[in-house]
Amino acid sequence: MSTVTSSGRVGAASALPGDDAADVRPRFLDLVGAEWIKFRSLRSTWWTLVVAILVPWGAAAAAATADYDNWPSYGPLEKAAPHLFAVHDSWPLEGYVVIMLAAGALGALAMAGEYGSGLIRTTTVAVPARGSVVLAKAVVQAGVWTVVGWVCALGSYAIAQGILSGRHATIALDYSGVPRALVAAAMVAPVCALVGLGIGALVRHAGGTIGILAFVVLLLPQFFSQTKQWSADIRHLFPVSAFGRLTEVWTAPKQPGFYPATITGSWLDYLVWPLVAVVLAVWIVRRRDV
Amino acid sequence: MIEVHELTKRYGDKNAVDRLSFTVRPGQVTGFLGPNGAGKTTTLRLILGLDAPTSGGATVNGVRFADHPRGLRHVGALLDAHHVHPGRSAEAHLRALARSNGIPARRVGEVLEEVGLTDAARRRVGGFSLGMKQRLGIATALLGDPPVLMFDEPINGMDPEGVLWVRRLFRRLAGEGRTVFLSSHLMTEMENTADELVVIGRGQLVAAEPVREFAARSTRHSVLVRTPQAAELTAVLVAAGAEVAPEGHAGAEGLRVVGLPAERIGALAFDNRVMLHELATRSASLEEAFMELTADRVEYLAGQSR
Repeated sequence: MSTVTSSGRVGAASALPGDDAADVRPRFLDLVGAEWIKFRSLRSTWWTLVVAILVPWGAAAAAATADYDNWPSYGPLEKAAPHLFAVHDSWPLEGYVVIMLAAGALGALAMAGEYGSGLIRTTTVAVPARGSVVLAKAVVQAGVWTVVGWVCALGSYAIAQGILSGRHATIALDYSGVPRALVAAAMVAPVCALVGLGIGALVRHAGGTIGILAFVVLLLPQFFSQTKQWSADIRHLFPVSAFGRLTEVWTAPKQPGFYPATITGSWLDYLVWPLVAVVLAVWIVRRRDV
Repeated sequence: MIEVHELTKRYGDKNAVDRLSFTVRPGQVTGFLGPNGAGKTTTLRLILGLDAPTSGGATVNGVRFADHPRGLRHVGALLDAHHVHPGRSAEAHLRALARSNGIPARRVGEVLEEVGLTDAARRRVGGFSLGMKQRLGIATALLGDPPVLMFDEPINGMDPEGVLWVRRLFRRLAGEGRTVFLSSHLMTEMENTADELVVIGRGQLVAAEPVREFAARSTRHSVLVRTPQAAELTAVLVAAGAEVAPEGHAGAEGLRVVGLPAERIGALAFDNRVMLHELATRSASLEEAFMELTADRVEYLAGQSR
């Protein structure tokens, strides 16, 4: 089984191994390339991406079909343009929860998977600059899920509008608030992927990471209602609440007993969660023994 | 060259590595010996910057390894053959590592051929035997053509052919002027492969010297005597101050005598008209030297509660 190369040498042609590594400048882009190879060389990645796109598409089709079927029973107010329900049908939360979880899971496994298998030690010997490895993973996750998120969001819009056009109940992409909803629907995937990455770096155990992720992304916000100011304030700190607000073209104004999220606050959720997650991941990975 | 200076790693109130200092030189194979739990793996992890030392430090060719932004061209290491993702192919695993260090992708094919895994390159690592994973780990270590190589228990799970191959490989790497540092708890392996030894027990240095010198340190030189008059000779030798024990099953291989040289035993037998069939001095094996020197430093003795 063993073989010896024709030259009988393991290495390149240099006469004696010295530390000539200084000649090769470390490039961050190479780390991103390496993480991309790791990401795409796992079969589970592709299954997850397919499911993450197909489920929201299916949910959009189902929501639009329901409105299509119920159309004859709608009153004149609902039948009149603009058809705001067409926005919800395009990016239904029931379906987008799946892409949120899928993105979070793959982001989490990018870190926790390496700790679980011990690969992180091989990785760290290859790249002692641990923080750069975390950042490279973040770039790959953000990049992939931005593309997937946009494919998903544009696709589900097209599917829902296609079905609703049979009732002439579509809503234009440039109608006030719709572009915002589209961006929010597309970008929730990279946001969740980076949140997952952060939790993965903290917990380092695949099962525990996914559990905590599901708890934080889905369950925890449900404990807080919109009927009390303090409770609503906590609820609106979570990405899933931000998604709900940003994909709504219209919401009832704030009043006693109803405290909706603000647009600005929701965008801040989209920004702060991934930022904190990545900073925390870099910090903890650099600090702890591998 | 690996230089370890006063290296200490503390877990709770226990020193896994305790003020350890030694130097591993290029151009030879240095064995890193110690009983299980002696701190070998921890030491390797500290040298590689995976763990932060409590105090002291280690350098590789004069630089703290963790200070290199990229590592594969400086040190190649196999810490544990299982440190791979089971769902990835051997080729993808190596390509990602090569890419991270700016190593050309063709190098992946070269090292896979070197370790004999070309045919398995596209198979998922999860289906590999331990021996194949060891080969993949060695391929990983060779990827950057580094001047320093470290292997932790590399022959575990290898078949006899693999063991021979790996010995030749280590000899050749050292012959090329590289520093080869090789940990094992198997003394026999070191006898066959290493030039120098670093021996530790309970995290502390026991010895750092050439293999031959280490073997010679055993004080328990013994003499094997075969005689048809075992009972008589035993009485004579014990009277002369020796320790006598039967060797082999019920003394079938003779008597093992400690405390008297062969000439003295021969003379005593002659004086007492005891016939001898064999009289041979046994030099201590590396294994015996090791057992003796680390006896009080063994962390977990079989059958003993801690």
